[in-house]
Amino acid sequence: MAKRAAPEVNAGSMADIAFLLLIFFLVTTTIETDTGISRKLPPMEQNDEDVIIKQKNIFTVLINGKDQLLVEDELMELKDLRKAAVEFLDNGGGTGDDACSYCKGKHSPSSSDNPDKAVISLKNERETTYSTYISVQNELVAAYNQLRNRRAQELYGISFDEMQADYDDVNWVGNKTKLKERIEKIKTEYPQKLSEVQ
Amino acid sequence: MSKFKKKKSGELPAISTASLPDIVFMLLFFFMVATTMRETTLLVENKLPYADQVEKLDKKDLVMYIYAGKPSPRFQSKYGTESRIQLNDKFADLKDIAPFIRAERASKREELVPLLITALKVDKDANMGLVSDIKQELRKENALKINYTTKKGDVSQNRN
Repeated sequence: MAKRAAPEVNAGSMADIAFLLLIFFLVTTTIETDTGISRKLPPMEQNDEDVIIKQKNIFTVLINGKDQLLVEDELMELKDLRKAAVEFLDNGGGTGDDACSYCKGKHSPSSSDNPDKAVISLKNERETTYSTYISVQNELVAAYNQLRNRRAQELYGISFDEMQADYDDVNWVGNKTKLKERIEKIKTEYPQKLSEVQ
Repeated sequence: MSKFKKKKSGELPAISTASLPDIVFMLLFFFMVATTMRETTLLVENKLPYADQVEKLDKKDLVMYIYAGKPSPRFQSKYGTESRIQLNDKFADLKDIAPFIRAERASKREELVPLLITALKVDKDANMGLVSDIKQELRKENALKINYTTKKGDVSQNRN
């Protein structure tokens, strides 16, 4: 008896099955990663010792329940906040030990001594909307980033953002320990001192 | 002699679709690899605010999500329109945050616990009272690394 050839399996519907799966994954896919503003909360421990900060080293930002901004006891629009914060942080009005050699501000004695001493104090009310709060946070972080970028550009000819991107990039060729040191140096020169009043 | 038969002219040969499954499979694999499934169904409205000074939140397995916002329309009859917190798949109260954080920590390997970040996905119309309360709870639990999840865009878009 002649051997029969095994019948071929019909693969015509394979495409349909694959399409079905494809559409399922297309629908459930979210490719983008989340982005956001990272913050660190202060720890809970009670320390009774009051740290005394000179009034001129504090930059108060108050957001009221109607989403209005009160910056250093004056009403301000959101768009002016970044500039005001930069001016405050970069003032460098200190003398002697507190002098700031890299500040480019007005060196006014009535504003902050140096970026290390300067503290931004943010206070909000319970009725403040979240979007306004985020906008203000964003502007303040932007002020710090602007100063850091400027300083990094001066020292190393590359912006702070790029330095950080390089540091996170696994394919970047170069000395990462040195880069880390540079990033830390910029961070100590313009530390983010943003305190939130509860 | 019909050994070299002339091909019939004029009729178009059918295009072979044999490679179609291959192409589709290729696409399928791409999406399978790139997919991250939505883990929770949202019970609250979640329109995130915009910001441009943002950092990326990689390492999705090290992120704990806390959602907050107005309950979605279909839950409003039951839960009202006041902003609520959502943990995992259900509405939660402030006191549920601490057990949630502890449970999340217990499910991770010990050396990864200090690296955990809490992502606050809060609706842009929520008020800060709720957010401050959440932050206070997180401080009590010593979960200090937080991230206000935002969309990338100019802050002026937050106005409306």
